[in-house]
Amino acid sequence: MPKIKIPRNSPSIDMTPMVDLAFLLVTFFMLTTKFRPEEAVQVTIPFSVSQTKLPDNVTTISIDSAGRVFYDMDGKDARATLFKYMAGKYKIAISDQDIARFSVMGPFGESMGDMKKYIESSEEDRKVMNHATPGIPTDSTKGDELADWVNLGLSASLADYNDKKSAGQTVNPPRFAIKADSRAKYKIVKQVIDICQKQGVPHFNLITSMKAK
Amino acid sequence: MADVGGGGEGGGHGRHQKKRAKKLSTRIDMTPMVDLGFLLLTFFMLTTTFSKPKVIELTPPVKDPHIKTEVDTTTLTIIMSANNKVYYYNGLLPANPDSNNLNLTDFSDNGIRKIILAKNSFVLQQLPALDQKHDAHQMADTTYSRLKDQVEGKKQAVFVILKTDSAAKYLNVVSMLDEMDICNVGKYALVDASAAELNMMRDYNNKHKIQ
Repeated sequence: MPKIKIPRNSPSIDMTPMVDLAFLLVTFFMLTTKFRPEEAVQVTIPFSVSQTKLPDNVTTISIDSAGRVFYDMDGKDARATLFKYMAGKYKIAISDQDIARFSVMGPFGESMGDMKKYIESSEEDRKVMNHATPGIPTDSTKGDELADWVNLGLSASLADYNDKKSAGQTVNPPRFAIKADSRAKYKIVKQVIDICQKQGVPHFNLITSMKAK
Repeated sequence: MADVGGGGEGGGHGRHQKKRAKKLSTRIDMTPMVDLGFLLLTFFMLTTTFSKPKVIELTPPVKDPHIKTEVDTTTLTIIMSANNKVYYYNGLLPANPDSNNLNLTDFSDNGIRKIILAKNSFVLQQLPALDQKHDAHQMADTTYSRLKDQVEGKKQAVFVILKTDSAAKYLNVVSMLDEMDICNVGKYALVDASAAELNMMRDYNNKHKIQ
């Protein structure tokens, strides 16, 4: 009886398409990922059922559990303009290098008196300073620096927005976000909101994370 | 063939062995590279997913809200205080405040939510008809949200005044704004508690022996 010959298939299959796809995805994710800069301040944000996403081009004011206020703004060009305004207002001599360093740094909570030292410090030293700082002064008696940051930040980002828009780029109008710790006292959050409102900020985005169902 | 197990070693018995250059395969083992590729893929996929946080939009009133124009019967005043305590009373602040009108509750599902929902019956009666049409795709999303806003903005709909005292936590305020969303409350204002209300709360706490 003749034996039936089963054609022997090679156990190895061609994985090239799969690998191609994998690398395509790797490239995609690598290019789209925006690494969040390291948080200057530890903030546990509250939960909510809101589905609205945080828009781009925001100024974020962080408030930690102790009520310290930190400021951060998107947009490299707008930040450079803002720092020039602030240095002019507080009469601080700054170099181009300072401006360049300011425009790429993360959230900060230094008063203008310590700003130059903070900018010229290394990443490690900045971490220590972030830990020790009492936050941006919001008290109107001791000089309300937050009001100046908000006011000049708003005009810097608006100018940047108008420039980019007239150049035909798609940009979002500047928005304000408040990223407060759930344990922070509402009194302080309200104080920050009041300061911003006085500088002409009409809307706020309270940053929350999705509630786990 | 005696040496079955031996494989083909030393194959070509007796034949003249020609010395030739070893032919290297053009195929290289790509397994490590692929492994690394998948590792990176997993890493980037996991890190990108949770990048965008969600926000609650808040537009605080520029001046004192026009609370006076609201009808007393549809108004609910909620005061948030320390230790997640929630006080509430029906209507606007009366001319002579009485702590007997004040009630204490919490943030649980059977707490303040039940009270808001009970007060908001007008909107809750109107909404199912809209929801049904929206769910059946007979209504566009924009039309739905416009009509919903219209219903929530009507005179019969509840108006909630959210008040905070100096000890209220930010978490409480966010939870309460969230409740407004959950309970379909379209009209609400966030203001500070008045001195009269703080007195009412103190009276209430003394009477009920609450810390």
